[in-house]
Amino acid sequence: MTDVAIDAHDLTRTFGSFTAVDRITFDVRAGEVFGFLGANGAGKTTAIRMLTGLLTPSGGAAKVAGHDVYTESEAIKRTIGYMSQRFSLYEDLSPRENIRLYGGIYDLTLKQIRERSEQMLSRLGMGAAAGRPVRELPLGWRQKLALSVALLHRPAIVFLDEPTSGVDPVTRRQFWELIYETARGGTTVLVTTHYMDEAEYCDRISIMVAGRIGALGTPAELKQQFVVSSIDDLFVRLARPGSDPDAGAK
Amino acid sequence: MRSLLGLLRKEVQHIRRDPRTLAVVLMLPVVQVVLFGFAIRTDVDHVRLAIVDPAPDETTLAMRSRFTSAGVFEVKAVLQRLEDLEPLFQSGDIQEGVVFERDFAAKLRDGDAQMLIVTDGTEPNTASLLQAYAQSVVFAYQRESAGVGRSSPGGLAITAQVRTRFNPTRESSNLFVPGLMAFVLTIISSLMTAISLTREKETGTLEALLVSPLRPWSIIVGKVFPYLVIGFISAIAVIVEARLIFHVPMRGSLLLLLADALLFILASLSLGILVSARTSSQRVAMMGAALATMLPNILLSGFIFPVESMPLALRLLSNLIPGRWFVEIARGIMLKGVGLEYVWPQSVVLVVMSLVLLTAAARSFNARLE
Repeated sequence: MTDVAIDAHDLTRTFGSFTAVDRITFDVRAGEVFGFLGANGAGKTTAIRMLTGLLTPSGGAAKVAGHDVYTESEAIKRTIGYMSQRFSLYEDLSPRENIRLYGGIYDLTLKQIRERSEQMLSRLGMGAAAGRPVRELPLGWRQKLALSVALLHRPAIVFLDEPTSGVDPVTRRQFWELIYETARGGTTVLVTTHYMDEAEYCDRISIMVAGRIGALGTPAELKQQFVVSSIDDLFVRLARPGSDPDAGAK
Repeated sequence: MRSLLGLLRKEVQHIRRDPRTLAVVLMLPVVQVVLFGFAIRTDVDHVRLAIVDPAPDETTLAMRSRFTSAGVFEVKAVLQRLEDLEPLFQSGDIQEGVVFERDFAAKLRDGDAQMLIVTDGTEPNTASLLQAYAQSVVFAYQRESAGVGRSSPGGLAITAQVRTRFNPTRESSNLFVPGLMAFVLTIISSLMTAISLTREKETGTLEALLVSPLRPWSIIVGKVFPYLVIGFISAIAVIVEARLIFHVPMRGSLLLLLADALLFILASLSLGILVSARTSSQRVAMMGAALATMLPNILLSGFIFPVESMPLALRLLSNLIPGRWFVEIARGIMLKGVGLEYVWPQSVVLVVMSLVLLTAAARSFNARLE
């Protein structure tokens, strides 16, 4: 595989006269934890939906794991994992049943499913709860389980759309440990978040403002470039109405 | 293939985990058929009747006692004068009046007795039924009198002209229950898929399925098949019920009826999927599915109002409703005992409708992603 996991060039999506994503250009390197930041409605989710093959772009080009988003969305779907903003597990099924379902959907053999689910459940310390409906599990566990299920078929790239919203700080920390672990295993992680402290954990981040990328770089670079003390300040500065998103972008 | 089996297993697990919904889905048609079946039967009981008999003689007395003992009529008043009838109609005290002329027995012997049957026409359907009931009493008397070998050949003339065909067993359920089956099956079926699919939309699991390599077709088949089974069980329950409770005959092939029921359920499930593909919340989907099935099936399927008597525009519109075709099929098979040689066009229509709806649903899954 190439060392570029995601390569987007002038990627655009319009809905009628509204441009949700406006010529964004960025790349994500293989094995990187890439933070995809932006206010609500800035176009993050639309961008992710284009990259995951859920939405056809209106213009521009993008390759995900070397596959073209226009013509090879089926190949993309096999190589990526996805955890949606909303919860993506079936709440009335148990963790084990969810794993079995998604394993089957991604064409894993029964043996693979069995092995990986045991491995996963013991790693998450969920052995005892594996037979209970997911709905009865604490939110933190559910989120970790959802991530693990998204990784079940060992995707090259995993898209996490606000995986930690509504989760307590301790669980968030644990969740990020899981993200790092995933990245160390060679999986590229693209994650969106509203928590600016989480942005600091990322290798590189981009901040979307009104459909465009207002800033792109490592957290340290960006703080230096925009002369702010934290990503939080940077975000507010970029996202504040009236501020010029192009001022700092090069 | 394995992924499809996984989806099917998941759906079965959903259904098993939610026994209350399953119970509702299975019981609702059965209960609805009982309720509707008794509520909308057009059989008339307790007909409030007034008899005008200016000069009672042996014939009018005999006929009056027949009205009294027919079981259908409640004789509210026996009047002397025709003029007294009108106020009773206006107050709503009576629905029907039977008027004998003077010297009825004598004129009958001469072969020219006249009587008048007046009905409250505010409800035309009921009115024609009432007329028919009253006439049947008269005819029965006439027939029996003639049979006893009296001199009179039974030339009893009746002034009321009646066009509605008489339902000799007075069982409207024969006509209604097949339509009712269509009605409840289509509602339940389309609701089931519409709700379960929009639930996946709301919880975000549908998105997870859509980013997976699953084809939209597999997702739809995975949804349709388990509910097809449930709908089918429900259909069997309703057919058994029609037989046991309403004594609706099964003159044709049960197997053919079941096969067509399966087709009809498939069309309804597909309709539900189409509705849910275009709505985003369970509540909207429920409304959508109910509206898309309930009103057309009540008004246009021929279940209550005969399709033949609709204006052309509605008649054309009714062709688009799966229920209209299934009502014809079910009535044909159950009541007339016809076979495939008669119901194949309707069956073909159901097949085509299912295919069109399923394709549209699969497409709108794709379109949703565009």
